[in-house]
Amino acid sequence: MPVIVAENISKKYIIDHQRKSGGPSSFRDIVTDTVDKVFARKKNDNFKEKEEFWALQDVNFSIDQGDRIGIVGHNGAGKSTLLKILSRITEPTTGQIKIDGRIASLLEVGTGFHPELTGRENIFLNGAILGMAKSEIKQSFDAIIDFAGVEKFLDTPVKRYSSGMYVRLGFAIAAHLNPEILIVDEVLAVGDTEFQKKCLGKMRDVSESGRTLLFVSHNLTAIQALCNKSFYFEKGRLIDQGETLHIVTNYLSKVSHKTLEKHWDDIEHAPGNDQVRIKSFKLLPEYQENLSHIDVRTPMDFQFQFWNMEEGAQLNLSMHLYTFTGECIFNVGTTSQAFGAGLVTGTCSIPGNFLNDGSYVVSMMIVKDTSTVLYNMEEALVFDIEDYRENVTWYGKWPGYIRPQLNFSISQTEHLVND
Amino acid sequence: MQHSTTIKAGGSEKDYWKDLWLNRQLLWILSKRDISVRYKQTLLGLAWSVLRPLMTMTIMVFVFSLVAKLEGDPGIPYPLMVLSGITIWTFFSNTFTQISNSILINSNLVSKVYFPRLLMPLSSVAVGFVDFVITFVIFLLFTIISGYGLSWNIIFLPAFVLLTFIISLGVGLFFAVLNVRFRDIGQLIPFIVQVGFYICPIAYTSRLVEGEWFESIYKLNPIVGIIDGFRWCLLGDKAYFDPQSLYSTTIISLVILVLSVMYFRKKENTFVDHI
Repeated sequence: MPVIVAENISKKYIIDHQRKSGGPSSFRDIVTDTVDKVFARKKNDNFKEKEEFWALQDVNFSIDQGDRIGIVGHNGAGKSTLLKILSRITEPTTGQIKIDGRIASLLEVGTGFHPELTGRENIFLNGAILGMAKSEIKQSFDAIIDFAGVEKFLDTPVKRYSSGMYVRLGFAIAAHLNPEILIVDEVLAVGDTEFQKKCLGKMRDVSESGRTLLFVSHNLTAIQALCNKSFYFEKGRLIDQGETLHIVTNYLSKVSHKTLEKHWDDIEHAPGNDQVRIKSFKLLPEYQENLSHIDVRTPMDFQFQFWNMEEGAQLNLSMHLYTFTGECIFNVGTTSQAFGAGLVTGTCSIPGNFLNDGSYVVSMMIVKDTSTVLYNMEEALVFDIEDYRENVTWYGKWPGYIRPQLNFSISQTEHLVND
Repeated sequence: MQHSTTIKAGGSEKDYWKDLWLNRQLLWILSKRDISVRYKQTLLGLAWSVLRPLMTMTIMVFVFSLVAKLEGDPGIPYPLMVLSGITIWTFFSNTFTQISNSILINSNLVSKVYFPRLLMPLSSVAVGFVDFVITFVIFLLFTIISGYGLSWNIIFLPAFVLLTFIISLGVGLFFAVLNVRFRDIGQLIPFIVQVGFYICPIAYTSRLVEGEWFESIYKLNPIVGIIDGFRWCLLGDKAYFDPQSLYSTTIISLVILVLSVMYFRKKENTFVDHI
């Protein structure tokens, strides 16, 4: 049975180019505008002062009870606007949504906390703002304090709280809401990993209890772990919906600005010089489980081909792998050997379960006599590695540049003996 | 309990008032928040609410009675006349100012969570009301000390307090909406309050206006009738009060309130787009 049915939802904003921001206009602006219009010298029509912007356009969907919906899309794709409309913070320009059930939305942790008030006062304030009755708050009061771990500071104004305590208290209150439909926006972006783990655990409880969940996040691992279905928004439109794995794969294949292959068929126009010309540079992943994106398990081959023009040149290849932010992770080289004129192919294999998730940049160098750089192909390939985890309950960012599976064993080596 | 909602363009649904009623606990909690925040932050706390009207009264008695030699209603001590006027005027000006700013002050809530927006202006009245009660107690003490007996007319007092509430809500809601849309309205509000102070019979009595050519225009201001009536309730029949003005005061106040609420309801769902 559908609990949320949305029909033709659109939301239009007017962007005013004349003003510095889309923010509040002042009365003065209205006056000067009017004066301008009355004494109008005809303005240049090419320059539109006001532009319509559709944050959402013709969005239709239906959500069944117990569905856990992940919402993915770029920044500005309309995800937050949709959540705002669903939480009734703003109204749609057209269309309508029918909702059956009590809805609670968590667009921010600690909404309405007042810095001067104590933790205790803020629990009641925030709870009431989120729609809890006083009796409900009283009932879960101890659980909230326990979850947040702030019992010592209950009567301290929250302005004296550390930011971590503040966030923990905020989430603890929200976690004890008992709505039939819960809407959550990126709140996990804050807090330490320990806390994120707690939050995701709580959200898992919510979803397992048969309640409906809508979850916007850029953390695709969390979405995959929590949500059975997903929506994919692009430029205000709901362009795809379905099983989470399918949507996430589709999303990943579209978002990355990756370059997995470069090739030139014509030796005349290929980059290079008198001695070498580049034919191609390809990343050949060995996709796992019918996926079409690279994740941390995927073994990869880098295949590099060039034409050697100089008979008998002593050549070797040198490959650099950088993070997207520019730190070099490693540099590997081949041995140097003599080649005749013609096509030369070099292949470098990176095993699966070696690199961490993230975006990477590859450069390839052709070196002569192990000392002279004949050609350096910088930032030749760009690729993304997605996260994948099994049997874990933690979804924070895995630290480190690489994520190798080393032989790391643990066993009991001695028993305490009680005499 | 099956709870169902329809969200669509063009305003909130029919059960808005039911929603408002269901959220009455929140109204109470927001009011409590404003009150406790107000008295927590300041060093003197409560003392300010006592000192402010006393200081205003002292200055006005000095300026208008001793320097300008204005006279109040015959038989009524001038300080009592001024203090009663200040009591109800301060209630009006405080609530009006707070209601006008209520949406902006709570903008963090407006952009993050839904509840009937009318709760914000309504809850902002609380602080003004507490201040009013304090000033009122001062007034009572003052009257008793000065030996001037209170009038039995005081039983009508709640009606005038209610009227003040209605008119301040009416005007305040209108400015609250404008204030979200045009930020310079915020600077206009203290000015309106200042002007109001002089065009309302606070430092003088409406008796002075009687018979002047502008009397009927003057009395169109609903606050004039309210201040006169409030004084009449406390100081008895010696205070000037035109019972006829009660009709226009009531009607004008209610009409303003109804129009403002309609305007507010029409605009409240778009507040977030301007904040």
